[in-house]
Amino acid sequence: MSRRRHSDGDDDGGQSHKRRRTSEPIEIEDRLESLICRVGEKSTSSLESNLEGLAGVLEADLPNYKNKILRILCAVARLLPEKLTVYTTLVGLLNARNYNFGGEFVEAMIRQLKETLKANLYTEALYLVRFLCDLVNCHVIAAPSMVAMFENFVSVTQEEDVPQVRSDWFVYVVLSSLPWVGKELYEKKDVEMDRLLNQIDGYIKRRLKTHVPMLQVWTAEKPHPQEEYLDCLWAQIQKLKKDRWQERHILRPYIAFDSVLCEALQHNLPPFTPPAHMPDCQYPMPRVIFRMFDYTDAPEGPVMPGSHSVERFVIEDNLHNIIKSHWKERKTCAAQLLSYPGKNKIPLNYHIVEVIFGELFQLPCPPHIDVMYTTLLIELCKLQPGSLPQVLAQATEMMYMRLDTMNTTCIDRLLNWFSHHLSNFQFRWSWDDWTDCLALDADKPKPKFVKEVLEKCMRLSYHQRIVDIVPPTFSALIPADPIFFYKYQDEANSALPGFAVAITVGNAIKNRASNEEILTVLKDVPNPNQEDDDDEGEGFNPLKIEVFLQTLLHLAAKSFSHSFSALAKFHEILKALTDCDEGKLHILRVVYEVWRNHPQMISVLVDKLIRTQIVDCAAVANWLFSPNMAHEFTRFYVWEILHSTIRKMNKHVQKIQKELEEAKDKLERQQHKKQKDSGDEEDMEKNSEDEDGQLEEQIERLQEKVESAQSEQKNLFLVIFQRFIMMLTEHLVRCETGSVDFSTPWYKNCIERLQQIFLMHHVTIQQYMGTLENLLFTAELDHHILAVYQQFCALQL
Amino acid sequence: MSIKLNALLSDSYVDVSQYRDQHFKGNRYEQEKLLKQANTLYVGNLSFYTTEEQVYELFSKSGDVKRIIIGLDKVKKTACGFCFVEYYTRTDAENAMRFVNGTRLDDRIIRTDWDAGFKEGRQYGRGKSGGQVRDEYRQDYDPARGGYGKVVSRP
Repeated sequence: MSRRRHSDGDDDGGQSHKRRRTSEPIEIEDRLESLICRVGEKSTSSLESNLEGLAGVLEADLPNYKNKILRILCAVARLLPEKLTVYTTLVGLLNARNYNFGGEFVEAMIRQLKETLKANLYTEALYLVRFLCDLVNCHVIAAPSMVAMFENFVSVTQEEDVPQVRSDWFVYVVLSSLPWVGKELYEKKDVEMDRLLNQIDGYIKRRLKTHVPMLQVWTAEKPHPQEEYLDCLWAQIQKLKKDRWQERHILRPYIAFDSVLCEALQHNLPPFTPPAHMPDCQYPMPRVIFRMFDYTDAPEGPVMPGSHSVERFVIEDNLHNIIKSHWKERKTCAAQLLSYPGKNKIPLNYHIVEVIFGELFQLPCPPHIDVMYTTLLIELCKLQPGSLPQVLAQATEMMYMRLDTMNTTCIDRLLNWFSHHLSNFQFRWSWDDWTDCLALDADKPKPKFVKEVLEKCMRLSYHQRIVDIVPPTFSALIPADPIFFYKYQDEANSALPGFAVAITVGNAIKNRASNEEILTVLKDVPNPNQEDDDDEGEGFNPLKIEVFLQTLLHLAAKSFSHSFSALAKFHEILKALTDCDEGKLHILRVVYEVWRNHPQMISVLVDKLIRTQIVDCAAVANWLFSPNMAHEFTRFYVWEILHSTIRKMNKHVQKIQKELEEAKDKLERQQHKKQKDSGDEEDMEKNSEDEDGQLEEQIERLQEKVESAQSEQKNLFLVIFQRFIMMLTEHLVRCETGSVDFSTPWYKNCIERLQQIFLMHHVTIQQYMGTLENLLFTAELDHHILAVYQQFCALQL
Repeated sequence: MSIKLNALLSDSYVDVSQYRDQHFKGNRYEQEKLLKQANTLYVGNLSFYTTEEQVYELFSKSGDVKRIIIGLDKVKKTACGFCFVEYYTRTDAENAMRFVNGTRLDDRIIRTDWDAGFKEGRQYGRGKSGGQVRDEYRQDYDPARGGYGKVVSRP
């Protein structure tokens, strides 16, 4: 690797030469970073010769750029775990050439480890520890000092009154490093390691696993149990130990340099005490290991490593890390996944598909935005057109077969993925393979899934297209034609109350009448609810709402834009008609009545009604849980609307909180500035007093706004949870008294939807745990419902 | 600890393209600034028959859509194959650039690009015949975009 600092051959003229000279150090630093980051990638030379060359370059640059090199190496240790062994080898070579540098690097890593732990960056801290472990293999760190660090980590399991997720993390760090360094540590310190593993065994046996059911993608144990992540890793390490720590999957470049490295002097890790638990520590949440394939699924080619093999752990870990590094750049991500080192010895396509679906279905939330996975899979299909689409089809088929025990939230994500994926491939699918679902009741998972998929496909295309793509036998599952239902359509309905007014209002709107004129017309609508002494007709009049809104939406039915325009134009009237809770509920009912065949339109209209404050979030929740909507309760669009409503509420609170923070910061800055400038003339002091006063007033107003918004948010969750509890309790009681099995498809859907509320909004809900526990999730509750709450609490204990 | 690796900062799908709206009222600097802060995307290569509903469904996958403005033929006032999608937040628009750009809508690969913001008048095609400029000069036959380009179909 040649260094071409001065001899770049650039004779552009004086100006560029001058520019180059003053920016040189930065250029060199960038070059160093680039050289280090790129080592290990596709090259004409071997990895060993590239590492050797790079070590030489860096050694020569140490006198001038030592700190920069230290920082870059620490960064790659933290951020590029998929290339761990490449970089540990590099550090090993540097340490062999320069013992002091090796020592300084280890010190820098320990400093970084402390900082990441303090900053709640537990994943990065994990990679740092793993890096240090592999440095034992490179003769940079002495094995006994690594064992001592492990002993300190495992001693966290003896701490009392700490969240289980804390000790979980320290145990996980030790176990997940053993595939890399288990052999070496056992060779040097087998007695201590045995003691360590015994302690871990005891911990694993006694830790609570209340959280597991909430995180499992499938409830069934067959064909692949959805194992708790620590249980799975422990099984893998035990098997590795039985195999005498023989691990053949990890790429270990340092083996080629053994003769050089074993000459090097090792450093001892300083004693490392895990930082004490603090209330604001946020440890990683527990996980369940997603498995959908085993060696029987990959028919030809290399065999898939078993579920308890350490190879499986390492492969999955590396693939997850590649996605984490490159998720924003789908082409790079796909290319990196497909060029996984050692790919010829494993059924790589199967591993990739499994890891991707594992992330997509992860509970509570996928690590990255859902749509990324769809696009990534499409990119992978493009790069491997002869093999990946088949694996994907096989996976889809398998997931269809196992729908009966799949978590409802995961089914949502599956159908979103599948419909979007199909829309990129002309909706081509072997629907005939799924005719078995036609014989089942419509509320069973398989036909329900197909129906919802087709509905989603229709949203991305149009009704006739869906009719064309499925066999005629599937007609019962085809979504309804998304037409508008206008009550006052023909003369046949002229007997309906309000019919005449509907016609008049329609004409008035078409003739661009003013709001006052329209309100006057509406005065003629009789009020079915009217009290005898209510002469003004000021009370809630459902018929008025119906006549006006049906007619308005009918005129605006052509497109979303038309409907939005209509809502905006007549905002005043709508607000006036729906001033009370009953009014808000009724407007939602009317929207449903007219657009019941077009769920997408219902969603966007409800969204607009909330944003323009014609209805509030609690009204939407009450409407969705009302008896009128009971027959729609298991339809996907209902939950899309509810979650969207909750999200809007959350974003609203966050927005005002942010405004409050900004105002507070502004005041602080202003006061700080005043302190510095004090001693000026009276005038300036008076002005700044006014400014302060204004800001303080603003802060007070915002404070009130925040409190009011939070109160609304809390109320929304209370309404939702109360409704769930009522519905579920009613069902359970009815089943018990009737001696029937309560576990119907409806029940499964409902209880998992309750889980979904907790999972999807867990950050917000944490704030209101006290209220929820005191008011709703008390010990008197049916244990089936209480279990959901307890599982949720277990996620952070 | 705080050093970020340039290798991991790469986010090329979110970069601004070479295209600049020639009708933009303001200087280059202002335009660049708006593009870098924009929540609005231009979406091109749509079929003339693609509906607002379809655009909503697809683009909602990266976040809540604030509004969609379907591009219209200036003369016929019918859809002419492009639209604007405005999000409430920049992050949602960035995710659309990363994960919706270059995928299919209505069986066509669509293209998204940053837009400085919708202004009245920008919903119309700027081609001589009323549609988009690209449909004036193209030579191929595209049944979803009115068949042949105008230069071909003109006598």
